[in-house]
Amino acid sequence: MKQKFLLIIVLAALISLFACSKEEQKKEAKKGSADKMPVVTIMTHDSFSISKGVVLKFEEKIHAKMVILKSGDAGEALNKAILSKNNPFADIFYGVDNTFLSRALEADMFVPYAPSKLDVIDPKLKLDPGNRLIPVDFGDVCLNYDIKWFKDHNKVVPTMLEDLIKPEYKGLTVIENPATSSPGLAFLLATISRFGQDGYLDFWQKLKANKVLVTNGWKEAYWGKFTAASKGDRPIVVSYASSPAAEVFYSKQKLSQAPTGVVVENGSAFRQIEFAGILKGTSKLGLAKKTMDFFLSKDFQEDIPLQMFVFPASQEAALPDVFKKHAVITGEPAVLDSKLIDRKRDVWIREWTEKVLQ
Amino acid sequence: MDRKSTPVKIRNLIHPYALAGLVPAGFFLIFYFYPLSGIFFKSFFPKGKIDFVFADQVFFSSRMIKIIWFTFWQAGLSTLLTLICALPCAFVLSHYSFKGKKIIKILASIPFVLPAVVVAAAFQACFGKTGFFFGLKFDNPLGLILLAHVFYNFSVMLRIITGFWSSLQGRISEAAMVLGANPLQVFSTITLPLLKPAIYAASALVFIFCFSSFGIILILGGPSFSTIEVEIYRQAAHLFNLPLASFLSLIQILFTFALMWIYTSFTKKAARFTPDPEKANLKRAVCLWEKIIVAGVILFILLLCVMPLLSLVAGSLTNEGELSFIFYKALFKNTSDSIFYIPPFHAIEYSFMFAGTALVIALITGVCAALFIRHCDRNIKNRLASFFDPIFMLPLSTSAVTLGFGIIITLDKPPLNLRTSIFLIPIAHALVGFPFVIRAILPALRSIPEQLTDAASMLGASPFKMFWHIDLPLISRALVAGAIFAFTISLGEFGATIFTARPETPTIPVAIYRFLGQPGAMNYGQAMAISVILMAVTAIGYIVIENFRKESSEGF
Repeated sequence: MKQKFLLIIVLAALISLFACSKEEQKKEAKKGSADKMPVVTIMTHDSFSISKGVVLKFEEKIHAKMVILKSGDAGEALNKAILSKNNPFADIFYGVDNTFLSRALEADMFVPYAPSKLDVIDPKLKLDPGNRLIPVDFGDVCLNYDIKWFKDHNKVVPTMLEDLIKPEYKGLTVIENPATSSPGLAFLLATISRFGQDGYLDFWQKLKANKVLVTNGWKEAYWGKFTAASKGDRPIVVSYASSPAAEVFYSKQKLSQAPTGVVVENGSAFRQIEFAGILKGTSKLGLAKKTMDFFLSKDFQEDIPLQMFVFPASQEAALPDVFKKHAVITGEPAVLDSKLIDRKRDVWIREWTEKVLQ
Repeated sequence: MDRKSTPVKIRNLIHPYALAGLVPAGFFLIFYFYPLSGIFFKSFFPKGKIDFVFADQVFFSSRMIKIIWFTFWQAGLSTLLTLICALPCAFVLSHYSFKGKKIIKILASIPFVLPAVVVAAAFQACFGKTGFFFGLKFDNPLGLILLAHVFYNFSVMLRIITGFWSSLQGRISEAAMVLGANPLQVFSTITLPLLKPAIYAASALVFIFCFSSFGIILILGGPSFSTIEVEIYRQAAHLFNLPLASFLSLIQILFTFALMWIYTSFTKKAARFTPDPEKANLKRAVCLWEKIIVAGVILFILLLCVMPLLSLVAGSLTNEGELSFIFYKALFKNTSDSIFYIPPFHAIEYSFMFAGTALVIALITGVCAALFIRHCDRNIKNRLASFFDPIFMLPLSTSAVTLGFGIIITLDKPPLNLRTSIFLIPIAHALVGFPFVIRAILPALRSIPEQLTDAASMLGASPFKMFWHIDLPLISRALVAGAIFAFTISLGEFGATIFTARPETPTIPVAIYRFLGQPGAMNYGQAMAISVILMAVTAIGYIVIENFRKESSEGF
């Protein structure tokens, strides 16, 4: 019995080591067969996605393979890139958002490069005049509401931030903690933009009195408390302006109307802009530049909405039908200077924590 | 100078059991201490000189003090509650045989593998809007945290204590009964003292696990509750305040070390006995009160562990109130044509591959470490053992984000260019699984009387032979428990925090998180479906591991 036990352990060890090294070899083999094709490595966050068709187009046009390294959520991924800036993982970093923009630029780790298609990018999205970080997509964080719930309860849907503190909306809203969630932080920034640095705490005080519920992350709020997506009891949630489109795209039956609506006007939506840039220390500068060009091409930009459920930065990219019908582009999003955000982020979060959570 | 002692000492130091210590020591130096010292050095000496302003941010902030206090408090209470729940169940499982026992044991261990976000979904499905469970209202976050900790760690306590209890010889307590002791006396004066090593080991493990609890606090506790681990994540990942994050990690590590140090000195004084390698004498419940106890325990395990799991299964199988497989079918379809689409069988394959490798690494290093520790406290009579034992527990309470950052800045050059290597995944899993292996087998290993091995060595048995014929058979039951923990930890690990994940080798938890990342009813349904697959895969793994030693139908 002992012999059998040990034999199995040794066998298991051999098999798993073999399996692991086979994977390693597969990777090497891929590299090997792609020897004619150089590899460009892209470091990004967990939400990054791209369709198979677009990867093929990339390989055809650029004659290179794409290797993608996912490195945690947006904050973690950027921090990992900063930590490894002397010996970078990758040639390109995709996914610095405007709340982290100045931290990324201060780390001095990006090579300036103006892609050929930079002129078709909405000028409002270009926040780095030095072109070290180029806008690639954006998403608007805003309130989502459960259309059916409001209909069933004969209530008027909210239209602006100020509605949330009215007595008829008492106990209806769930938001995310800005200290641990990126939509949570974006929503806090929307309120700071709307009510000013002097007035936002006053708004939150009233919101707290109106029984707002706070969760630590988007998943807990949306899948745990939002009436349209869970057994929860909150018909208003902080999510994205594109969430209704995702609700339709990933619905069980074909829906003609989205089950959720969004509140984007009156400065109630905060625009998260994502940037990409070439990492200093890359040995493949030419290839990295071509990849940046590709990121702004129609092929890639039109793939963005259904892959990541955010909007393309390019003005020439057409939106898919489900976005045209069910997602809303904010006319006048709330904006804050990214330097100001980086300087005050900690203070604002601390003040907010003291006011709302204690 | 004492001439006689020197050769003895040298012999003890080059004894194979002592040399076995090199395996875990090397493993630790490379994959734990080297990355950690790298990140600590970078955090504390950013410009070549030491800077301790961040200490003020910890000790003079009432918020931090509160967080540190809460971390201890919830861990202590969770451990106590888990012990209270597990002890009676361990008694029944180690003394009685009944139908369906195997299934019950397997079901009780499945919660350990589920990601916190899935547990939250299971609880919600289970309690519904009312939030009632066992007649208690559980919609308050603190209650949920404690319940989730019990739900997760119940099986750890149960397995370790049951394994130990069923190897206790029944003869001593029977003798006491014959001499007129009542059951209470027998329990408090004989059974409990003999059980102490296992109770301490399991409690230490559960305490440290809850002490560094992350997902449960974040998801079920909500923003009003924070542990040191959550705060480290916040400081490191969002605020990029590395000095503060590292300092908090250091507090966590030092505390774990201190706790384990105290624990080690306790266990040394524990009673020794000859463990029973033969089949334990399992009884069938005969009289009424026995039947009631057995039934009560089964019911309790069903309610605590199985009901939330069943509600997940039910959720994944119903669509609009009817039985349906649409979520399972959808798993095989790449709706958005993404290159990151995860075919379910790939995820299962990779999960098994990593868990298998992690299990083997954890078992080998764990057994070596346990042999080494025992050798130290028996033969090298100094403080060496009480130093190494706590050290080996540290990965359990080391913040993943701190270690992950450390790996990035240290393991980035050949020959250790492992930052993006596939091998790093099972290694990191094994690092966390390994303390479980030690805790599971050390009590069993220590309880083997010295006379046994002395006799063997007098008769000329080599240390390898002794391990083969004496130690291994006697600890095999505990070894299975250790293997199960190592395997489970790896299966349930989400892990993008520790490494720069490679999308080509996704595991099941990665798939769960991917589905929950975007809105849409299909995504939620598929996440539940693949969670159910994770539970099934775990159960299969348990059955395979347990069958390594078929002969032991008793205990765990």
